[in-house]
Amino acid sequence: MRYLPLTDDDRAEMRAKIGISQIDELFKDVPKADLNPAIDLPRYKSEMEVERHLSKLANKNMAAGSVPFFVGAGAYKHHVPSTVDHMIQRGEFLTAYTPYQPEIAQGTLQYVFEFQTQVAQLLAMDVANAGMYDGSTATAEAVMMARRVTRKKRAVLAGGLHPHYRAVVETTTQFTDDIVVAQPPQPADAKAELQAVIDAIDDTTSCVVVQNPTVAGHVLDLRPLAEVAHAHKALLVVAVTEVVSLGLMMSPGEMGADIVVGEGQSIGNGLNYGGPYIGLFATNKKYVRQMPGRLCGETVDADGTRGFVLTLSTREQHIRREKATSNICTNSSLCSLAFTIHMTLLGEKGLRALAKVNHKTTQTLKAALSGIAGIDVLNDSFFNELTVRLPKDAADVVEELAKGGVLAGVPFSRLDPNAGHDDLLVLAATEMVTDEDIAALVSALTEAVQ
Amino acid sequence: MLKFTEDHEWLNIEDGVATVGITDHAQNALGDIVFVELPEVSADFNKGDDAAVVESVKAASEVYAPISGTITEINTVLEGKPDNVNSSPMDDGWFFKMTVADASELESFMDETAYGEYVAGLE
Amino acid sequence: MSMNSQGRPTAAISGGAETASFESFSGHRGLRLAEPLIFELGNSETTGVDIADTGDFDLSIGGLERTEEIGCAGLSEPDTVRHYTRLSRLNYGIDMGVFPLGSCTMKHNPRLNEKMARLPGFGDIHPLQPIATVQGALGLMEELSNWLMTLTGMPAVALSPKAGAHGELCGVMAIRAAHEARGDARQIILCPESAHGTNPATAAFCGYKVKSIPGQANGRVDVAALKEALDDTVAAVMITNPNTCGLFENEVKDIADAIHAAGAFFYCDGANFTAIMGKVRPGDLGVDAMHFNLHKTFSTPHGGGGPGSGPVVFSDALKAHAPLPYVEEGKDGSLEMREWAEEGDTTFGRLTAFHGQMGMYVRALSYMLSHGSDGLKQASEDAVLSANYLYACLKDVMSASFEGPVMHEALFDDAFLKDTGVTTLDFAKAMIDEGYHPMTMYFPLVVHGAMLVEPTESESKYNLDQFIRSMRGLALAAKAGETERFENAPYFAPRKRLDETLAARNPILRFTKPDEA
Repeated sequence: MRYLPLTDDDRAEMRAKIGISQIDELFKDVPKADLNPAIDLPRYKSEMEVERHLSKLANKNMAAGSVPFFVGAGAYKHHVPSTVDHMIQRGEFLTAYTPYQPEIAQGTLQYVFEFQTQVAQLLAMDVANAGMYDGSTATAEAVMMARRVTRKKRAVLAGGLHPHYRAVVETTTQFTDDIVVAQPPQPADAKAELQAVIDAIDDTTSCVVVQNPTVAGHVLDLRPLAEVAHAHKALLVVAVTEVVSLGLMMSPGEMGADIVVGEGQSIGNGLNYGGPYIGLFATNKKYVRQMPGRLCGETVDADGTRGFVLTLSTREQHIRREKATSNICTNSSLCSLAFTIHMTLLGEKGLRALAKVNHKTTQTLKAALSGIAGIDVLNDSFFNELTVRLPKDAADVVEELAKGGVLAGVPFSRLDPNAGHDDLLVLAATEMVTDEDIAALVSALTEAVQ
Repeated sequence: MLKFTEDHEWLNIEDGVATVGITDHAQNALGDIVFVELPEVSADFNKGDDAAVVESVKAASEVYAPISGTITEINTVLEGKPDNVNSSPMDDGWFFKMTVADASELESFMDETAYGEYVAGLE
Repeated sequence: MSMNSQGRPTAAISGGAETASFESFSGHRGLRLAEPLIFELGNSETTGVDIADTGDFDLSIGGLERTEEIGCAGLSEPDTVRHYTRLSRLNYGIDMGVFPLGSCTMKHNPRLNEKMARLPGFGDIHPLQPIATVQGALGLMEELSNWLMTLTGMPAVALSPKAGAHGELCGVMAIRAAHEARGDARQIILCPESAHGTNPATAAFCGYKVKSIPGQANGRVDVAALKEALDDTVAAVMITNPNTCGLFENEVKDIADAIHAAGAFFYCDGANFTAIMGKVRPGDLGVDAMHFNLHKTFSTPHGGGGPGSGPVVFSDALKAHAPLPYVEEGKDGSLEMREWAEEGDTTFGRLTAFHGQMGMYVRALSYMLSHGSDGLKQASEDAVLSANYLYACLKDVMSASFEGPVMHEALFDDAFLKDTGVTTLDFAKAMIDEGYHPMTMYFPLVVHGAMLVEPTESESKYNLDQFIRSMRGLALAAKAGETERFENAPYFAPRKRLDETLAARNPILRFTKPDEA
């Protein structure tokens, strides 16, 4: 077996040193009747055989890059520079552990410090942590943090929050003290959707959670919401599922957010069928001790040289155990490295340019879709995502188009089957979308809705 | 009247108000104190409730209300200078003052000599 | 006051051996290159990508344009490559040498797994594409599920948890849902005092009170005390097996019977499953729920702290409460994804957006297929053999905490350092100078100054013998009073000991420009 370096002679020598003749003498504490069960699984495979087997499975899937592609709703196909994937595969990054021995983990610790800085800059917040599993779990953590900060329990979720995020918040808090009040989605009316959140705030509210742009792609001015929330001593939690938007749009921090959570996949990370991704989590300095997750801080070593360490770790489970701010341990470090390398390649200039290309492409898409008889585009405002109303069931249309090799977007019914929006389709257009892709979509859609 | 608890806290009772802190043994066991979270003034506690938190780099401990009562004053200096707990645990490093709701709760505590023997017995 | 501590001494220690009496003009030290932060190297006008210039055009973002500076510094592509290459060289990884971090299972990460995860058919598919276009992905999830269920002898698995702690949450939520479904409002979860910190944190997260069960002198759960604590208020018992002392709980079936007799569930922390792959199935031992750490047992890389993946297997008693989503077979033989609850479902809900860590599923399955059932069993046997070999070769100079045989890891305490002035921390830091990553220190909490050593199956006998030579040398040096080797260690690492007190008292958690600080 190619991954096992011990030879039979080595094993015999080692057994002799230990003073045993059979390996199972080391398993003497295992109940005898249960030792060495028959396991009905295939035997050892060579590298070539494994490749053949897995490639066969992979080839049954329609890769995003092989077709006109407009699927978004929380995960986006962006171009990731080759440098990113090369650098994260350096063994010193890939095969390191969580940096608990800082003297030999400065590489990890420094990039985490850089990542925290970039995230804080991007979201315009004081401080960001080293990352969470993904945007949805970060959102649930934000709700619980708001309860600790405000000592109030009632969290209001906006209708424009990604339905998966809503489900994760509801699931995660079902056995905690939190009370979650979710507003219904109104993908066709962003103003009414926002007003419903404002109206739902009262003095018992710990936080309001609102996504921007919304799951239907609408861009919201959150300043009036922040004002009402703060007047009721509630925190404003802003979720961002498409962080590239922040190269063009006013930041959550500037709009008055107290906690910002985000899905960082768009920067540096591929689609990967939903994971691993990288959750962003940022807040104001005064709340840092209530923050979940790992934090890296600057310090000096015994020679006075600058270095970095994990810090404020008494918030965490390995010390606080049942009183920890969260049970999170392993997070998404390598995905945060991919994020930070891609952000470094972009810089502010590149990020702003990237955001503009996304927006412009989506404007082109909107114009093209508006020209199809029977299709209504619902967005007045948007970044790189649109919701359209079709004259028939959107899921059927998407499946029909997939057969012809066009991945047209996400039917709203896939996101939330009970919301009664079966005729709505959510489409995203990133910098990867070409004019030919849009033409192929328009032609296929035109045919499908007739 | 200076009293000690088995949880390594001290109380100094003067005029019906108890000043509470942690002992030299406790600060020594915790190491460098980096953060202290204090209760709110006028908060009510029962004996044994979590009243404050003291953190070193690698440890966090609850400071219990040693008796039942109401917080009358907190040592806000610790928020900026938590190291006072290390340098002066019995003096500048006090945590909070509280009323003594039930004087009988004081009876079980140790005096300085008894506490010294108690700590010696832990070694 | 309470003590809730790892007890690591952390004071920074000054001084250290110098190998030259001068510093270089550059600040570099040969191959050890000093590297500033990107914010000190780059600026907001530099970029390492070519993006088409759209020029100015009318925006459709509702008048909410970002006008303030973002501040993100950019670097050119060559400088980016150099920056992160230089940073990488300050790290220690499995690729560089023995990484005996107990309970963390730092085994070799095959590069085939990386290649497979990057096949466009896995790496470049969207979680919300039509199901008909991702049949291969669902097929992979089915195949992985089959491996996990077969290796554990359990009838169901939830793949979606994102890491071990998330898996624990998944398991305990299913347990609570099962109790609630039968109208049973139990309040307490029992954890041994040797448990991972995530166990009590998870239990508290699900609204349970945590009660600690003591250990026995032989390093195992005190079954009498456990039985004493078990009554109709106990919802579950969380036990790690093999446990965090590296020992197999030999009374595990007795424990399971007692748990079930009390109407509670048996949660097994599967962090140490690497010791028993193909050797024994938790399902045969009475386990109701167990999470895996694919990033430990099945070699998906730790990546400096993640991503992980924490699938959970369930017994018949719990499987109806497993979370969404899951793969099921459709009518025409195709695979379907159940993403939302339907009438009559008793699932406890959804733990994450989308379907979990697909990238980790591919890597883990690649590892399993490569080994096969025979190779996995051999891997467990080699891991256990190697740990016992270390134990046998070290116990005359270090203090073994418990009687062997051990499983995949060996626990020592600091009794052998008594009166040497050397602490477990010092010993660990001296290992850095020997070219090794230190073992897990000060965990588990049940022995004084714990040193938990896990070699995994990935080390050759040559590597093990080299490592043993270093460990013996250090132990003998400590006893011989060669304290210099320890007290300021590491001497040869990129940094000396770091001042953690300063970092915590005055937290600097991000870069700020000197004029803004």
